[in-house]
Amino acid sequence: MSLPSNFILIGERTNVAGSARFKKLIAAGEFDAALTIAREQVENGANIIDINMDDAMIEGEAAMTRFVNLIAAEPDISRVPVMLDSSKWSIIEAGLKCLQGKGIVNSISLKEGEAAFLDHARLVRRYGAATVVMAFDENGQAGSIEHKVAIARRAVALLTSKIGFPASDIIIDPNVFAVATGIAEHDDYGRAFIEATRLIKQEMPEVHVSGGISNVSFAFRGTNGFREAMHAVFLYHAIEAGLDMAIVNPTQLAIYEDIPPDVRERVEDVILNRRSDATERLIEVAGRYRAVTETDVPAVQAWRAGDAASRLVHALVHGIDSHIVEDTEEVRQTVTRALQVIEGPLMQGMSVVGDLFGAGKMFLPQVVKSARVMKKAVAHLIPFMESEREAAGERTTKGRILLATVKGDVHDIGKNIVGIVLQCNDYEVIDLGVMVPMNKIMDVAREREVDIIGLSGLITPSLDEMGAVAREMERRKLSLPLLIGGATTSRVHTALKIEPGYSGPTIHVPDASKAVGVVGQLIALDQREAFATTIRADYEILRVKHARERRGDDRASIEAARANRLRLDWAKAHPPAPTFLGTRVIEAFPLHEIAALIDWTPFFRTWELAGAFPALLDDPVVGPSARDLFRDAQAMLARIIDERWFKARATLGFWSANSSGDDIVLHTSDARDAPLATVHGLRQQMRRDERRPNLALADFIGPHDLGVADYLGAFVVTAGAEAETIAADFAAAHDDYNAIMVKALADRCAEALAEALHARVRRDYWGYAPDEALDNAALIAEAYRGIRPAPGYPACPDHSEKRSLFDILDAERIIGVRLTESFAMWPPSSVCGYYFSHPEARYFGVGKIGLDQLTDYAKRKGISLAEALRWLPGNIEGDGATDAAA
Amino acid sequence: MSERGDRIAALKAKATERILVLDGAMGTMIQAHNLDEAGFRGERFANHACDLKGDNDLLVLTQPALIETIHRDFLAAGADIVTANSFNTSSISQADYKLEASVADMAHEAARLARVAADALTTAARPRFVAGALGPTNKTCSISPDVSSPGFRAVTFDDLRLSYREVASGLIEGGSDLIIIETVFDTLNAKAALFALEELFDDMALRLPIIVSATISDRSGRTLSGQTPEAFYISVAHAAPFAVGLNCSLGADQLRPYVAALSGIADCLISAYPNAGLPDALGEYRETPEETAAHLGEWARAGLLNLVGGCCGTTPAHIRAIADAVEGVAPRRAAPHEPRLWLSGLEPLEVRP
Repeated sequence: MSLPSNFILIGERTNVAGSARFKKLIAAGEFDAALTIAREQVENGANIIDINMDDAMIEGEAAMTRFVNLIAAEPDISRVPVMLDSSKWSIIEAGLKCLQGKGIVNSISLKEGEAAFLDHARLVRRYGAATVVMAFDENGQAGSIEHKVAIARRAVALLTSKIGFPASDIIIDPNVFAVATGIAEHDDYGRAFIEATRLIKQEMPEVHVSGGISNVSFAFRGTNGFREAMHAVFLYHAIEAGLDMAIVNPTQLAIYEDIPPDVRERVEDVILNRRSDATERLIEVAGRYRAVTETDVPAVQAWRAGDAASRLVHALVHGIDSHIVEDTEEVRQTVTRALQVIEGPLMQGMSVVGDLFGAGKMFLPQVVKSARVMKKAVAHLIPFMESEREAAGERTTKGRILLATVKGDVHDIGKNIVGIVLQCNDYEVIDLGVMVPMNKIMDVAREREVDIIGLSGLITPSLDEMGAVAREMERRKLSLPLLIGGATTSRVHTALKIEPGYSGPTIHVPDASKAVGVVGQLIALDQREAFATTIRADYEILRVKHARERRGDDRASIEAARANRLRLDWAKAHPPAPTFLGTRVIEAFPLHEIAALIDWTPFFRTWELAGAFPALLDDPVVGPSARDLFRDAQAMLARIIDERWFKARATLGFWSANSSGDDIVLHTSDARDAPLATVHGLRQQMRRDERRPNLALADFIGPHDLGVADYLGAFVVTAGAEAETIAADFAAAHDDYNAIMVKALADRCAEALAEALHARVRRDYWGYAPDEALDNAALIAEAYRGIRPAPGYPACPDHSEKRSLFDILDAERIIGVRLTESFAMWPPSSVCGYYFSHPEARYFGVGKIGLDQLTDYAKRKGISLAEALRWLPGNIEGDGATDAAA
Repeated sequence: MSERGDRIAALKAKATERILVLDGAMGTMIQAHNLDEAGFRGERFANHACDLKGDNDLLVLTQPALIETIHRDFLAAGADIVTANSFNTSSISQADYKLEASVADMAHEAARLARVAADALTTAARPRFVAGALGPTNKTCSISPDVSSPGFRAVTFDDLRLSYREVASGLIEGGSDLIIIETVFDTLNAKAALFALEELFDDMALRLPIIVSATISDRSGRTLSGQTPEAFYISVAHAAPFAVGLNCSLGADQLRPYVAALSGIADCLISAYPNAGLPDALGEYRETPEETAAHLGEWARAGLLNLVGGCCGTTPAHIRAIADAVEGVAPRRAAPHEPRLWLSGLEPLEVRP
């Protein structure tokens, strides 16, 4: 950089008026991604960042508040001062109220006279900021040297003498205007800025001078390389005249000395207004610049220079599939049999991947990309192997693993990831998909002589099904190792409920990164027995510990729990009435509206990247991997929106409702004389006193006997079944990475749709919070009135309650979401729940309940005690299953 | 009002002559009396809806004699300035006790009790002064309380501004000579207090000296909100404070480099009132008066100090030892800076000509 070391660079890219990328992100509510632009500016040398939210489509005050608040949480950005840039005082003031440091206001001016100017300046001072004064007065923007200097002189005199504003806190912006526009009056604009700067600094040495440099080259939009050259020349002369700071893009600063002398001379002719034909002569060289940039070919990457085998290894380790087919073919022609390509460089590359993953130096998204490269290479080789009479199956792998999501469950992202990771480690994986009945699992295991069976499930009823599979394996006298995985599974549940039913090794695998180690020890015959014995001993200890803990039963009786219910003041309550009763359907919910509300943290958790978004993007360990993944996710999300991949639908309804004990009864009309359905509820049963009530959802609804006119809402939303089809297409093209990506995004979209619909409910459909204005962070933090608990999750843990919810909404017919026998929803990217409006309504976990409540609950529902037990595996004292995670 | 004007003039004059001594910790002195719930409630709040034990600021209404005695003990030990017992007196902090409605009364009484004590020990040669204290409140304006929602704020600038304004108004009317914004862990909270004071000074047509005192959260040497001492100073310098300084934080030995950093940049007076060392495993401050005084005496001789006192764990005995240690030592004289543009984020930025 040839700039003097004390020259201050103000990053210009966090400006919606100047950066299309920043504007798009802000308009879409993608503030976290917008933060990366601020970070780039600081990393590339900005000493200050300029923030501008002036756009007709953006609510400037809210956007400024939110962005400045978010910056405060990013020490690598907020270490530098902020320049608050707006033509609206209210937007500047919104920013000042969020700034702990001393920033700069950009700008105030004499445009509306001295009184308004001084009023704003007083406030700037009171908020503790410095200020830019634009060379603008009652007569307009100053173009000439004399006018610029006169305004500066007048402004500084007013500020220092009338309100004691320190001269050193005043920064004059003498207006950078475009030159070489073809309009003769514009020819002197560059020189006028430079000479005005010189005079201001001479006359008022304590005052500073700044300018927005990119304006000067506005006539050459689209030729960035050339504009950079113009900026460098302009800055060179302005700094020499005394310019203290400039608003620039610090990532695109050319060096004055590097500009070819003939170009530099012609630029200087224009900037300094040295010749009458300067503009024409400049346009000539600008054309040459454009030609050069267009033929600029990206350099050949260094790794392409190696031999084909080493290129294959590199491609696998780095997950690059752009040359994989040609490189695979090149290696194939050097060997006698196609299989040798797999057993040679491909396995060598995958083994590097496996080692790096095992050592925590590579992360799941990268591994899945490597697997994609591997699959594409193998796909190219298969026809050759077949013609060599070598079916792919003939190849000996380390072992054969059967994977299945159990009957009644449809969730398979985690299982697919485990499959890919195992394949990367040279295991053959037979994936039976979702909703697999136990007979099929046993039959395939026997026919294909698999070495290990892995079961997966996400919802609580799947826990019961896994136990049943284990008992069936025992009955059939199998001895294969059985692996248990999925979000609601746990070591404790496996130890208490699955392992005792099966005499073969039974092991809980918490995530994909653990799967390889477990499988490795089970496959190696010399290790299996020792490993299985250790696990069995661990689980026995867990069972003993658990048995000891449960002896201290700490449940209150259900009567005592009910006596300690939450007593809301219904006498004075007037529950808000929804704007309609009955159901309503929303076809094709706008995807961009959904995308803006995505909570990204769980998305990264799916990929086994732990940490809260967006902080994990900067995590020293997983940050690079997370950023790559996030970039790919954003790219796919853009296609999902633009090409309408998903058909997001929703159905919702409201009904007159009253609580009746721990249940909620819905009525067909406001007359409340014809019951429509009953929502059966459970009550917390831990020992508590009046300070902490034993909650049931029914507590949030007005009781029948008090005659309160209360209401309950319900909804089912889905990102649609399209994601499943698209994922299958990707998988067929050997692209598991994108197959998982599209499913993970569909899940996030379904959750975001539920959030978006809930916001509409609060504002419009139910309408009890018409003025609510929350940003995504506040939504994720649930800083609003009302809740939307879902059957199967902690406040109402019985998945089977979905049946009546679906019936009253007619959800299966209306939006095509159906329930499996375990009450999982299909398509899997769907969310359902109830709406409660009471301000006191809050989320809670029912936790463990006693047999007394379970018996009563079964009676109320009209089911057997055994069936009630089946739907509430996590809520019975001593059962050992964990509560379903939300 | 002119009486106060005279006192302010005297304060400024005395500060040029010698190092002024602040008082010690109010909280640990109150704790020593082991008041029970009834003691905190007094008669006035006997039927208050929630527990009040622990609300030290309320004692200006319910145990005024106790508070006045503590002020007198510190003055007798050698303090020039006593601080009103108003650290948590704000509608934001008192919401924990559902006492928002009593904040104005509390602020007024806090200052009045300190005034009575100060006036009782004032002599012509030795005037005593009252500082109204504005604490940080229990909320942060530039940090989210929710790690997963970094843009969220539990309190806004305007919430703080209005809350501080109410307290400051009571403190001034109750007889404060100066205002001390103390234990600043989030500079934006302090800026809201400064904004409120400027508004109030305009409305009341008077101007009190202001001390702004930050607290360093750990040995990273930064405030909780991430600023370096220099960046903190730059962020509050617009209010032309009488003094800036550091309090609480660490013990005196760990605090010294940060006081030195402030002293190097600030062209106003410097104040410091550290804790009596770091708390031990039981949360008690064990540094003896002699140990604390030895550190602060050295700072004074090194030319770092204009005002000095004690924070958590310091007793009248500590204040007496500190007063003795700085007796006769010349106060710091700030080297005047060339006027220049200072800016700050978490770190300072100097725009050099």
